[in-house]
Amino acid sequence: MQVSMTVNGQERSGEVEPRTLLVHFLRENLGLTGTHIGCDTSQCGACTIHLNGKAVKSCTVLAVQANGADVTTIEGMAKDGELHPIQEGFWEEHGLQCGYCTPGMIMTTADLLKRNPNPTEAEIRHGIEGNLCRCTGYQHIVKSVQWAADKMAAQSGD
Amino acid sequence: MYPAAFDYHRPGSVEEVIQILSDNPEAKIIAGGHSLLPAMKLRLAAPGALVDLGGIDGLTGVAVNGSASIGAMTTYDDAMASDDLAASFAALHEAISHVGDIQVRNRGTIGGSAAHADPAADTTAALVAHGAEFVAQGPNGERTISADDFFVDLFMTALEPEEVLTKINLPAPADNTSSAYKKFAHPASGYPVCGVAAVVTRDGSGNVTAARVVATGSTLTPTRLAGVENAITGTAGDADAVEAAAANASEGVNEWAGDHYASSEYREHLTKVFAKRALNAALGND
Repeated sequence: MQVSMTVNGQERSGEVEPRTLLVHFLRENLGLTGTHIGCDTSQCGACTIHLNGKAVKSCTVLAVQANGADVTTIEGMAKDGELHPIQEGFWEEHGLQCGYCTPGMIMTTADLLKRNPNPTEAEIRHGIEGNLCRCTGYQHIVKSVQWAADKMAAQSGD
Repeated sequence: MYPAAFDYHRPGSVEEVIQILSDNPEAKIIAGGHSLLPAMKLRLAAPGALVDLGGIDGLTGVAVNGSASIGAMTTYDDAMASDDLAASFAALHEAISHVGDIQVRNRGTIGGSAAHADPAADTTAALVAHGAEFVAQGPNGERTISADDFFVDLFMTALEPEEVLTKINLPAPADNTSSAYKKFAHPASGYPVCGVAAVVTRDGSGNVTAARVVATGSTLTPTRLAGVENAITGTAGDADAVEAAAANASEGVNEWAGDHYASSEYREHLTKVFAKRALNAALGND
């Protein structure tokens, strides 16, 4: 089947079997390998992307279900060569070790901060419960999210 | 992991869905897909065709005006955003907030979960506790299925193969009605090992005049705990009355769920504990 969607602001299309998962379409058809496949069972969140502005696990969406949708992946976060403040936060606060979970963490954090621009530590931990990290113990990830929240608040105050 | 191959249909109306289901007994409806797709990827399910409800207008949204009407395709996240739902149907709102994580709630639907009838769903107990009415459309038109008749068995509802669940109505609560949902979450999956939803109504002097107390996770379907409901009704609804009532949770329950993680005896015990916690929360005894 032919599917078309807006991915990171560009019209993209491709030919897929109905059973093709969105994450495979993004990675294999479009070459956007920043979105990772971790558990493949809807638990780890490594494949998190934004579908029509909301964080979803792209291993649990069919590409055909996303036909006509607006998709943002980790590749769409940086603008004009500048990292998104959330990406910067993960850099500054060492929010990753191996980095495998990081794209998903960042995409979920973006949804979280849109709903709650100034989350408490508990709210951050609750907000990223759908993303698993096996390296960091989450301490630095929480700090990264806080760093990003502060930066984004400062920017919106400009 | 790929699911087994299937034909994909994305009709624009409920009538077309019914026609496709009638023409193709192999077809299965997909809503948010957050129960069905994981099962298909593990090859626990291999429907020959999927009928996607995502292209049909009018199946989403929450309207609260005394009673509530929830479109079957309403995502958990959209339902959670309804302050009116939280104010009048707190048990359901709390249960929704316990489902999965942000990503799952952004995509999973209330109607999809109800139609799937997972014995460890959070929202099903709350729907039954609020006395939900399930509206289904089929080849013979529309019918309404009561909460007490909708959930039949593990993963089985009263929906016919050619019927589509279109909305869930919650009747207006009586005056002085309050509700709560409490659960013991599995530490890895987050599913309820046991969850209890309680909806209670009091009269002007504070005595409990009606109660619906429903277990999930510990039972094979969302199950009303008749022993608890009867015992709390007519009391002052204080902590002592709740303690005594919750001890009757086993009454009338024929079978408890059990697996390698939590035995049926343990889940039966948890049901008493969480019936108490849900009732205390609903009655403001915390």
